[in-house]
Amino acid sequence: MTAWRGLSLFAGDAVLVAAKDLRIEWRARTTLGQVLPFALLVLVLFGFALDANRPTLRLATPGLLWMTVLFVTVVAVQRSVALESADGARRMLLLSGMAPAAAFVGKAAAVTVQLLIVEALLVPGVVLLYDAKIESVPLVVATCAAATVGLAAAGSLLGAVVAGVRAHQTVLPILLLPVSAPVLIAATRAFADGLGTVAVDGWSWVGLLAGFAVVNAVIGAGVYGPLLEDA
Amino acid sequence: MSAVRLRGAVVLVGRFPALAGVDLTVERGEVVLVRGPNGAGKSTLLHLCAGLLRLSEGEGEVLGCDLGVDRAAARRRVGLLGHDTALYGELTAAENLHLWARASRLNEADVPGALERLGLPPRLRGIPTDRLSAGQRRRAALAAIVVRRPELWLLDEPHAGLDSGGREIVDSIVTSAAEAGAAVVLASHETGPAGGLATRTVTMAGGTLSEGLGP
Repeated sequence: MTAWRGLSLFAGDAVLVAAKDLRIEWRARTTLGQVLPFALLVLVLFGFALDANRPTLRLATPGLLWMTVLFVTVVAVQRSVALESADGARRMLLLSGMAPAAAFVGKAAAVTVQLLIVEALLVPGVVLLYDAKIESVPLVVATCAAATVGLAAAGSLLGAVVAGVRAHQTVLPILLLPVSAPVLIAATRAFADGLGTVAVDGWSWVGLLAGFAVVNAVIGAGVYGPLLEDA
Repeated sequence: MSAVRLRGAVVLVGRFPALAGVDLTVERGEVVLVRGPNGAGKSTLLHLCAGLLRLSEGEGEVLGCDLGVDRAAARRRVGLLGHDTALYGELTAAENLHLWARASRLNEADVPGALERLGLPPRLRGIPTDRLSAGQRRRAALAAIVVRRPELWLLDEPHAGLDSGGREIVDSIVTSAAEAGAAVVLASHETGPAGGLATRTVTMAGGTLSEGLGP
């Protein structure tokens, strides 16, 4: 098999898994019907909590936004894990002969798409609710892209780690939140630069986010097979 | 070459030996009924043969693939019907089968025929499988195996939850698979309807296997 053919099959399998997860999510309306209202509610409540001090709210906007995205990531990854756990469905992936790395990429891609949809509504949300002003659209877009891929990759990896644990719904946040701390820090700094609230080099933080994403994606693709078998 | 060849196979679930030294040979074209009480290790045996469990001790070969070396190679060539359906509940039966077929690089054109063969009428094929009855879901799960055309069929309580029409379909599928040269291993806690299909019966108890109907 040529390298090109192998790559094409890998990409096809990843797209198949991602499309399957997204189709299921679209039917279940979990992201649109539950996760998105939850995320907007969190933003509104943060606004109520800090509204008395408008300058503080403006300064805290990037952190509040990425904390909200982190909460949403936990919910999205839990759903992603649940899809494979229900009624022995992961057996389909195992018996198909599909490369486990392709399945991992597909599942992480589906989580990425869902998070990006949520962020596409949260960012205008903070502009409206927190009176934030975007000074660098490319930086904000690059931050969202790099941070989201990193969160989805780390989340999908840890989701596979805890899939076989009886109390995986409570264990996942305990593992994912600390592991995602670098994303929270870097995305908050880069976003703050994008909003012009802090004078830092946002692009260097985006570089860190991209590195985090690559490392987690590579590790996830490498260990997903054994994790899937042990779940 | 035998379809299944196990020698002293031990499978540990945690520290518990779910299989405690099993010897089993299944030839192509053979239908073997593994009979035994609940918890005897029948499902573990089928999962081992499907390449889904690690061999802790002993030797195992499925369709020429060494279970200690390359379980993944065996997986592609077996069909396993477990207690669960291995279907995505939010997807329809047809969508699940197309997904199976595409992921396994099989012919998607076989999907309508497989659903037809399992007696799932077209009006049910567009309904998410989690809204189907237990028997209909079981039929859809069997249809997914029919699409795979496995060389080794591993069916755990294949008649469970099916009406008489469904049981007849299972019997016909098993018979034609064996006639086509595939090996079939059926697991059941009773001899019952599966007994009539089997060319040989073995009995499991406490993670070990003996020839015949046992005690």
